[in-house]
Amino acid sequence: MSKYTSRMGDGFSIELTESEIRKDIEDGMESAVKHGKVEPLTDTEIDHLLEIFKSPDKVVGVERGKEVILTYDSGTTKFKRVNVSVSKIQSLQIYERILGADTLELAHIDYSFKPVKPIVVFEQPILEQALLMTIPPLFYGAMPNLGLYSQPDGPFPNPGDLLPKGEIKEARASYDRQIELAVKDMVYVGSHMYEAGADGINFDTTAAAGDAEFYAALKAVEILKSKYPDICIQMGMASEFVLGMHGELYYDGVRLAGLYPQKQMEIAAKAGVSIFGITTNIVTNETLPWNIARAVTFTKSCTESDSIPVHACVGMGVGGVPLTLAPPVDALTRASKALVEIGRLDGL
Amino acid sequence: MAAAHGIASGIGGIRSAGDLVGRMQVSRGMKTEAAKKYVADKLKISVADIADPVVMSEIREDLDLGRVNAVPGAAKGIDAKFRIADLLDIEINCVNKFKKRIQFEKRSKSNE
Repeated sequence: MSKYTSRMGDGFSIELTESEIRKDIEDGMESAVKHGKVEPLTDTEIDHLLEIFKSPDKVVGVERGKEVILTYDSGTTKFKRVNVSVSKIQSLQIYERILGADTLELAHIDYSFKPVKPIVVFEQPILEQALLMTIPPLFYGAMPNLGLYSQPDGPFPNPGDLLPKGEIKEARASYDRQIELAVKDMVYVGSHMYEAGADGINFDTTAAAGDAEFYAALKAVEILKSKYPDICIQMGMASEFVLGMHGELYYDGVRLAGLYPQKQMEIAAKAGVSIFGITTNIVTNETLPWNIARAVTFTKSCTESDSIPVHACVGMGVGGVPLTLAPPVDALTRASKALVEIGRLDGL
Repeated sequence: MAAAHGIASGIGGIRSAGDLVGRMQVSRGMKTEAAKKYVADKLKISVADIADPVVMSEIREDLDLGRVNAVPGAAKGIDAKFRIADLLDIEINCVNKFKKRIQFEKRSKSNE
C-alpha cells in the first residue's frame, strides 16, 4: 500500500496511507464541527484536501487565478529575529521588491502596543520615510498583549495569581482596570501612526490573554474607527477560541468568552474591523491532515458569510503550519493552498 | 514563510498587481475577487492577467505605477502612489498627508 509523506503538528515527518490521511482529514474536520458548531466540508472538498496531501511535490501552490492578497504580522521584526542586519526601511524594501509582498507592515521589535507608546515619536518618522519610498499599502502592527498590564510587567494584580486562589471578583476588577489602560495605549499608538500616514493598523494575536483582551481591542477599534472613519483595521486573532479569563464581558450583548471564529468575526466587524484574521492553533500531537482540515473547516465558516475580508493567520503553529521555528515549506504551502482554495480566503 | 506564501498563494505585489488589489481591500473593504475585477477593469485587462508579472510589468511601465527593477526616472514610492490613487479613484492616506505637507492644493491654485 502506498504511503505518503506528511508531518505531525510538531513538524516531524511521518508516512501515512491514503486511508489514514482521509481518516485524519475527517477527524480534524469533525473536531471543528463539534466544537465550533459549524458546517462540515463537502465530499468534494475532502477529496480536494486528500489530493493536496497525496501530492509528491515539495512545494504546492494555488491554481492560477486563485491568488490572494498577503498581509503580514510583525513584518519588519522578522529580519531582526533572524539577526539579519538591515534597518526597518530596508526590511520593507526587501518585502516589497524581493518577496513579492502585496502589503507591508512596520513594527517595533517589542511587538506590543504598550512598549510602542513611549517611543511612538521615533516610530512615526520611520513610517513617514517608509511611505515615501514604498508602494504597497503599509500597515503599522502591534499586539494588544493585555498581560503587560498586570504584575510584574504592569501595575495591576495578576489574575493568574488571583484566580487559583478563588479571588474571582478581585481578578475581574484587575482585568477591568487593565482594559482601561490598554484601550488608551492602543488608541494612542493607532492614532499617531494613522496621523503619520499609515494605510492601516494591525491588531495581532488579539485575545491571547482571553476575553478581557478581546474586549479591550474591540473598544480600541471602535474608538479609532469613530475618529478616523476611513482607517483600515486588521484584527488577527490568537486562537480559534476566546478564553473566558474574565468570563463576564459582553460586547453588543454577546458574551466574548467561548467565541469561535465565526462569532469572533461578526463581533469584530461590528466594532469596525476591516479585515479579520482567523486563527486556528496547531495540535502538535495530531497530523497535518488533521490540523489543516480543522483549520479549513473553521475558515469556511467565516468566508461563507457575506462579511468583511478574511485573511487567515498561517504561520508558526497556526493555520495548519507546524509549531517549529523553521516551518517546512512542504507543510506551509499545503496549508496555504488548502486554506485559499477550500477555505476561500481573501488573503493570508 | 513570507517567501513560501508568496510563491504558493500570493498575487505578487508590485511584480504584478498585488499592491493594487490590496489597495482596494484597504481603502474600500472589497473582498479579493471583487478587488481583482475592479483593478482589472481599471487597467483594461482580464482578471487572469492581474497576477501575471509579464503583462503587469508593461502596464506598470506604461502607467508609471512603480516596478521592481530600479529604472532611472521611474516612479518608486510616493510618486507611484499619487498615480495609483488617481487610477483607482481612491484616497490614499499618505498621499493626502503629503499633499498637505507641501501645501499642494494651495500651490495648485496659485498656478492656475
